[in-house]
Amino acid sequence: MFGKTNFTNMNSLIKSKLKSLVGETNYFDSYEDRLVYSYDGTPTLHQMPEAVLFPENEDQISQILKLANEEKFAVVPRGAGTGLSGGSVPVENSVVVVMTKWNKILEVDDKNLTVTVQPGVITGILQKEVEKIGLFYPPDPGSLNVCTIGGNVANNAGGLRGLKYGVTKNYVLGVEMILPNGDLLKTGGKNMKDVAGYNLRDFIVGSEGTLGIITKVLLKIIPKPSETITILAYFDKLTDSAQAVSDIIAAHITPSMMEFLDNTTINCVEDYAKIGLPRNSEAILLLEVDGKGSAVTEDAEIIKKILQKNRASTIRTANTESESLKLKTARRTAFSALARKKPTTILEDATVPRSELPVMIEKITTASKQYDVMIGNFGHAGDGNLHPTALTDERDKKEIDNAHRAFDYIFNEAIKLGGTITGEHGTGLSKKNFLEKLAGIPGVEMMKKIKSVIDENNILNPGKIFTISPKCEGSLPSRREQIKDL
Amino acid sequence: MKSVKHTSELLKILPHDDILQQCMHCGLCLATCPTYDLTKMERSSPRGRIYMIKSVARGEMELSDTFAEEMNFCLDCQACETACPAGVKYGRMVETARVVIEESIHKGKFSVKLKRFLLRNVVASRSSLKFVSNILKLYQKSGLQAFVRKIRLLKLLSTKLYEIEKLTPVISDKFSDNNIKEIEKPEGEIKFKTAFHFGCLMNTMFADINQDTIDVLKSIGCQIITPKDQVCCGSLMGHNGDMEFALKLARKNIDEFLKHDYDFLISNSAGCGAFMKDYAHLLEDDPVYSEKAKIFSSKVKDVMEFLSDQKLKLKLELKPVPDHITYHDACHLAHAQKITSQPREVIKTIPGIKYTELEEASWCCGSAGIYNVVRYDDALKQLERKMNNIKKTGATIVLTGNPGCMGQIKFGIEKFCSEENLQVMHPVTLIKKLINK
Repeated sequence: MFGKTNFTNMNSLIKSKLKSLVGETNYFDSYEDRLVYSYDGTPTLHQMPEAVLFPENEDQISQILKLANEEKFAVVPRGAGTGLSGGSVPVENSVVVVMTKWNKILEVDDKNLTVTVQPGVITGILQKEVEKIGLFYPPDPGSLNVCTIGGNVANNAGGLRGLKYGVTKNYVLGVEMILPNGDLLKTGGKNMKDVAGYNLRDFIVGSEGTLGIITKVLLKIIPKPSETITILAYFDKLTDSAQAVSDIIAAHITPSMMEFLDNTTINCVEDYAKIGLPRNSEAILLLEVDGKGSAVTEDAEIIKKILQKNRASTIRTANTESESLKLKTARRTAFSALARKKPTTILEDATVPRSELPVMIEKITTASKQYDVMIGNFGHAGDGNLHPTALTDERDKKEIDNAHRAFDYIFNEAIKLGGTITGEHGTGLSKKNFLEKLAGIPGVEMMKKIKSVIDENNILNPGKIFTISPKCEGSLPSRREQIKDL
Repeated sequence: MKSVKHTSELLKILPHDDILQQCMHCGLCLATCPTYDLTKMERSSPRGRIYMIKSVARGEMELSDTFAEEMNFCLDCQACETACPAGVKYGRMVETARVVIEESIHKGKFSVKLKRFLLRNVVASRSSLKFVSNILKLYQKSGLQAFVRKIRLLKLLSTKLYEIEKLTPVISDKFSDNNIKEIEKPEGEIKFKTAFHFGCLMNTMFADINQDTIDVLKSIGCQIITPKDQVCCGSLMGHNGDMEFALKLARKNIDEFLKHDYDFLISNSAGCGAFMKDYAHLLEDDPVYSEKAKIFSSKVKDVMEFLSDQKLKLKLELKPVPDHITYHDACHLAHAQKITSQPREVIKTIPGIKYTELEEASWCCGSAGIYNVVRYDDALKQLERKMNNIKKTGATIVLTGNPGCMGQIKFGIEKFCSEENLQVMHPVTLIKKLINK
């Protein structure tokens, strides 16, 4: 391990070594290039790296990591940079390793229903490719047209269809990655059953780039459901919509999607998408059922009855596939659309057991009032995963403080309800303060121990998820005092 | 320090800090950016460029060659604005940055002076443009062009010049402003009072399209006023760092058009239409012109937008079309004016039409104003992608509503699909051909 004193500006000798490692055309250290890799999709977090590297093969990545161990600098892996917890935001004395050019789909195996991809393949492009032959890759994070599979695996990304189809981890069969010491780890394979040794594959999924740099991913794909029905319901009362969600789950129906948007979010999305959403409704639910044959229509009918019983003011069915796509696309823009109201949108993803959803929605309303901060709320109601988003302006310090206080309250309430601080965005930098409350001291200690064994010198994405003590990551990009003072 | 001056320049032109603050760097724009798609590098993305502009504006970053290069690498197609849920005005930012670059680090550069000279004195001056066009016409008609091409004279000088020469559009036999009367009246009753902006390229290179537009408008009962003293809309200058001159042209057009009584100002050129709709915004702080500009801009309509809006009143009777059709969205229609469904609606009502939607229809063809001339190689990559998508449709006619795109796709047909039976056409020309007289 190395102390803070080692974190000085990287010397030119190391830089020239890195340059010769990846080649001149793959090495960048101009102010401009460092600036544009100083952030990801997370609001208010940024720090410039010392250099930006685009390695071309496994060997180069391995050499970079070995050099990092020798020369004691940090390496931060990055895909498209759409993450929402600061996972790919650089730290002090770091280089960013960008994987966006590793974008080949290597194999589609329609006999075993698997696909092998490089980590820079864009999720949406993979989906379109496999759908061409009647297959389906369900995980669909909001940024699916931009984000990469590597980033999805590293963060165990979720999405709208999580309720029925699960999240990224349910589709990862194998991973290849370069470990912090430069070794190539291959784990998993095309076997549907495999219990040889520890389950390293599932352990890697969601490790947020702290255990290795992913270089290849083997994914499971499934047959595409033949029927899909999309339903949109408007509500005059927020609580009615939440109750409808609980009732649908209790009726033992599993829609493939059950999305919730509150009034603030409805209006921002409508400003952007202009698809005729009801601006006066307190909430809407966007539901989808899919599968084969008559079961789909039967489920849709039961759902409509439940919606009616819960006083939905309007219930609409999408008539065409393009109408349904428009609705889903509009929902995916919710987070960014909220920036129409205020420029700094701080998004969280507190998640609770589904039965507690109505309570959690009420708690979020309370937080907004109590701390005087505008909060737009939307999310994957079906799996209890909400995205309360504080609408603030980072130039107004008081407002930002209020937002953080509101989120402290929301996280604490979520934990009290048996929920979690993050359903799908990851811990990264922005939620590491809350991890101990959730995972407990033994849990976090175990994580730290594993990290220190695999990454002896703490060179790979240090300071993310938790802090290895004694503190040795140098100063980290922070959005608030607590993180800095840790 | 150098940057302080630029900072204040940049901030002075940008209306307020809010426009910079609006981008929350979510990255949803990346998927639609043609230059990011080429390089896969953040500096070539809208998000990266905005971050750089922000840094320069705040005095944290010097204006540098890298900065200038990325601002000019951008096609300014504004696909990112369509993709941006937060409503960030990217186009205005990048255009402002270009102004600052031209007035500071590139000041006095020969290529910048030459470009500005040509845009100000040739394109914007109708008499000079016609003069140059006449020389070009002579070059083309006299057989000199054929001779030069045959012996590959230019290739000896420079391969690139040889290629760019092929981009020169065929000059129309007659310029449309000589043919179109200042007031054209329909045969029967006047249903719409319209005015017409004939554009610089449309007037000299695509004069037939102007004539077709007038004919189609007349056939549906439009009176058309075409003020003789109207000028270039200014968009090419505005998008290329010379906003000062562009606004001079804007004021002149406002003066000339507002002398007349009309309800719709029709443009058949996406770039011109977009820029004229933006006069209101560009002149909002002008004490004399802000109100007039609002009125002027509110009346501007793209010709296909107009036909679609009025379709219930129109009763266009058309002959069936035998060709297989596809449609390419000009950036300045789809992204700048948000017009995508209207042209398709009109096209699809043509009897007997076989229409195939173009994949990535709103992806820039690389024309982008004068981008295909000043950045030939970068533009060619976008064009090749466009032509591949067009080939996949199997269409025989590509319709598109902008002279820049038409010239570029025509060049693309020669370069990438010369063996195929394919032509590019303005939608209004197709409609003109099919009008049942």
